[in-house]
This record gives sequence, C-alpha cells and structure tokens, in this order.
Amino acid sequence: MARHRTRLGQHPAFNWLGLLPFAIFAILFMILPTLKIVVGAFQSQDGAFTLQNMLDLNTESIRNAYWTSIKLSVITALLGGAVGFAMAAAVVFGGLPKRVRNPLLTFSGVASNFAGVPLAFAFIATLGPVGLITIWLKTNFGINLRAMGFNLLSFWGLVITYLFFQIPLMILIITPALDGLKKEWREAASVLGATGAQYWRMVALPILFPSLLGTFALLFANAFGAVATAFALTGPQLNIVPIKLFAQIRGDVLGNPNLGYALAFGMILITAAANTLYIWLRIRSERWLK
Amino acid sequence: MGALLFGCLYFALPLIGMAEFSLKMRRGVYSFDAYRKVFEDPTFWATFGYSLSLAAATIVVGVFLVVPTAYWVRLRLPQARPYVEFITLLPLVIPAIVVVFGYIRLYNTSSFLPLTGTAMGTNFLLTMGYTTLALPYMYRSVDTGLRTIDVATLTEAAQTLGAGWVTILARIILPNVTVAVLSGAFLTLAIVMGEFTMAALLNRPAFGPYMQLLGANRAYEPPALAVIAFAITWGCMGLMQLVSRLAEHERAKA
Repeated sequence: MARHRTRLGQHPAFNWLGLLPFAIFAILFMILPTLKIVVGAFQSQDGAFTLQNMLDLNTESIRNAYWTSIKLSVITALLGGAVGFAMAAAVVFGGLPKRVRNPLLTFSGVASNFAGVPLAFAFIATLGPVGLITIWLKTNFGINLRAMGFNLLSFWGLVITYLFFQIPLMILIITPALDGLKKEWREAASVLGATGAQYWRMVALPILFPSLLGTFALLFANAFGAVATAFALTGPQLNIVPIKLFAQIRGDVLGNPNLGYALAFGMILITAAANTLYIWLRIRSERWLK
Repeated sequence: MGALLFGCLYFALPLIGMAEFSLKMRRGVYSFDAYRKVFEDPTFWATFGYSLSLAAATIVVGVFLVVPTAYWVRLRLPQARPYVEFITLLPLVIPAIVVVFGYIRLYNTSSFLPLTGTAMGTNFLLTMGYTTLALPYMYRSVDTGLRTIDVATLTEAAQTLGAGWVTILARIILPNVTVAVLSGAFLTLAIVMGEFTMAALLNRPAFGPYMQLLGANRAYEPPALAVIAFAITWGCMGLMQLVSRLAEHERAKA
C-alpha cells in the first residue's frame, strides 16, 4: 500500500493532478463564462456564426457610451496618476518622517478599496445639491454651484468621485518604484554636472517610464470596469458602457441578447489591452527597480 | 508639498461631508438618529449578516483553493508558475460585470449546471464569483508567504516522519503562512462587504445592493451607511497591518 502511494506520488502526471482543483475552478468560474460571452458575441440568435453583432455596435448610443467611458477612464487615469505621483514624490523625496509616510500608505490602501456605493454617498453628502461644500459656499460666499453649471451627477462629477480611488491606487503602486530610484544615480548625475531638471529628464523619468505608463494602463482599466460608483451616483441613466451592460443584463434594453454579448466583448477587449500593457511594462520595469 | 496639502483636503472633505450629513437627521441639532434608524431596520441586519457569511464562505473556499495550489506549484511544478499566475491575474483583466454576465447565461435554469435555479445554487455561484475577485490578492499574499519558508525541506521532513499530504498542508504549511492567509482574508472581507455588481445581478440580498436601494430612497441613512462601510474597510486594513506587524515582531524575537 505504502509502496503503491510512493510510486503514484513520483509519476510526472501526478504532479499535474495536484493542480486539478484549481484548474476546475478556473475553467468553470472564469474561463467558460468568459468564453460564453466571447462566442455569443459572434453568434446570431439561432446560433450561427455572424459578425452582425459587431456591426450593430455601431449605433450612436453605443458609440457614445464607449466614447464617454474611454474619456472618463483616460481623464481619471491621467489626473489620478499626476496627483498620485506628486503626492508620492512629496513623501519619498520631501524627506518626510515615517510618521507621515506610513499613515498615508495605509490610508491609500483604505481609500483605494473604498469604492462603489458608499463612495457615491460620501460625495453626494459633500458636493450634492444639499452637500456640505455646496451649502457652505452658498451661505458664506453666495456661490451657487448649481447655477454655475456644476452637477455632481454628470461626467465631471464622476471624474471628481473616481479620483478618490484612482489617486490612492497610484500612490500605492508608484511609491515602491520611487523608492527604487537609487541615491547613487542622482549623485552620479550631479557629479557629472547635471542639474536637478536634467537628472529627472534624462535619468529618473526614463527609468520610471514603464512604471508610469503601466500604472496609467491599470488606472484606466480600473475606471473602465467600475459599475457600482457610477450606478449609485447617477442611477441607470448615465450612458457609459458598464451601466449600459448592467441595464442590458437586467432587462435586455438593447432588445437583442447577442448584442449584449458584443457590448461585453468590447469591454473585455479594452480592459484586456490595458492590463496586458500594464503586466508587460511591469515585468520590464522590474529589471531596473530591484 | 502643495500636492500633499491639496490631496489631504480632497480626501478629508468627502469623509467629513458624509460624517456631518449622517448626523443631521434631526432638524437643527446633531444626532445619531440616522444611525438609530439604520440599526432598527431588520433588512440592514439581514443583508449585513448575509454578506458576512458570504465573506466567510469566500475566505474558506479561497484558502482551500489557493494554499494547496501555491504550495504545489512551489514544490513540484515550478514550470507551471507563469500559467497559474496568469490565471490568478485574470479577474483584474476581465471586469466583474462581464464574469457575472457569463455566469447568468452559462448556469441558467436550462443549462448543464442550473445553479441560478435555486437560492442555494445562486449563493454558491456568488461565492465562486467573490472567490475570483479575491484570487489575485489571496494568491499573491500566500505565494509571498511561502517564499519565506523552505517548502521542500519541510515537506521532506514531514514525509520522513510519515505524514500524508493532508497532514503536511494542514499542520505544516498552513500554520507557516497564517499571516499571509489572514491578510488575504481581511482584504477579501473588505471586498465582499461592499460588493454591489455581482450580488445585484444575481439578485441576492447582499449588503451592497441594500445600500444602493436605500440611497435611491432616503436622504440621511445613506451617509450613515457610508460611515459604517468606511469603518469596515478601515478596520479590515488596520487588522491586515496589525497581523503583519505582529509577524515581523515574532520573527525579530526568534
């Protein structure tokens, strides 16, 4: 009996058998569901292969949804990236004591996870029609945000809200990269007569570039796939892709289930492209930042 | 420095805003009325309890799935590492809403595995969905934990003493990666408690959809809920840090 077990334990096929539970889980709950969507995107209602669903995506409403989603993701990724970078740089190079640094990183961990429904509530309570800042500006300075055209339940309202999880995510990812910039590089540059600006332009930024671009891609995908925050903030009417897909899954608003698959397939393509870029660039940047 | 000040202001104001608003239910004075209303609502406790038990189930499934797999890859199948790592990153690539869309179509009542036909089946499906959401963090955490111990030597020693695979996993490997498992578990808890999309689309009475519904119909309870949700997230992250700090302390002593 014991001998039998050892022999079985040493057979090469047995090694792969150890991955079986994980493989079954991955196939049933990640790969098959995704394939179902991808295949459905290229099928007609009766199951025949077709490209019609892809062509049908080209309506004004769906085009607008993709365009708004992409714009929202690019803008929040750029702004979130820039502010997050500035904050991380202030912490890493500003010579701040550990007392400031650790709480900031912890807070970033919390805030990057504080997305979704409660985040929308927090912003409604602050910048909504009767929110803290709205009322404060009105009573103390006579500034009426609403009359000035600001509306939290709009594109720019979403941008402001999304930054609450985009900035901390940037801080979390870029701080280790900034820590990885060696002091010797800066010293070597200044010994060779480089100014601070030259050091940044010719040494630091080229090294950081893959990290920066990669993080941008991750932030982009993060915003592109977010449903709950937008849904809780504006309800089902805002025309962005995740909200549209949400409404389609609930009630087939497009009137064609396979068009719904095509909509989801488009989402996969965009987030997959962004994330592939992120993963590839991270592998590249890890070469320098050890 | 300016960026830091601006950032602090930007992050502090919404938190102050929600806290202040949640106290304003009674006209003219600050009160905890909104919180009282929330805590008196039986649906709050029902959905909260539901999400809490789903989080527990997700953590259990995650641990059973990730610890043996990560262990096995380190011990016997280093050549499988890129593939396994790729799969654990998939949930970051495929948006949750797409995954759950696939579930609804793949496991409907007329399919080979009609999970969405019963409440229990849907609960199971939702747990699996949450496990995929937690997978990237759980795997990374456990795999990093395994790096710090000598898996091969421990396994050999245990085998020499006659231990089987279950004993090795449960009594040798798991205790050695407790910190990693716990920090993955707290993150999972934070993710599951606030999750909205999957639960809403699978029609389960979870905490996220409850908050959304209340937000659409009430004024003062939603910010109170936001404060509670923020406290939960903060608590989970705090516990995560606490465990890893305790572990460092232990290591320093040893």
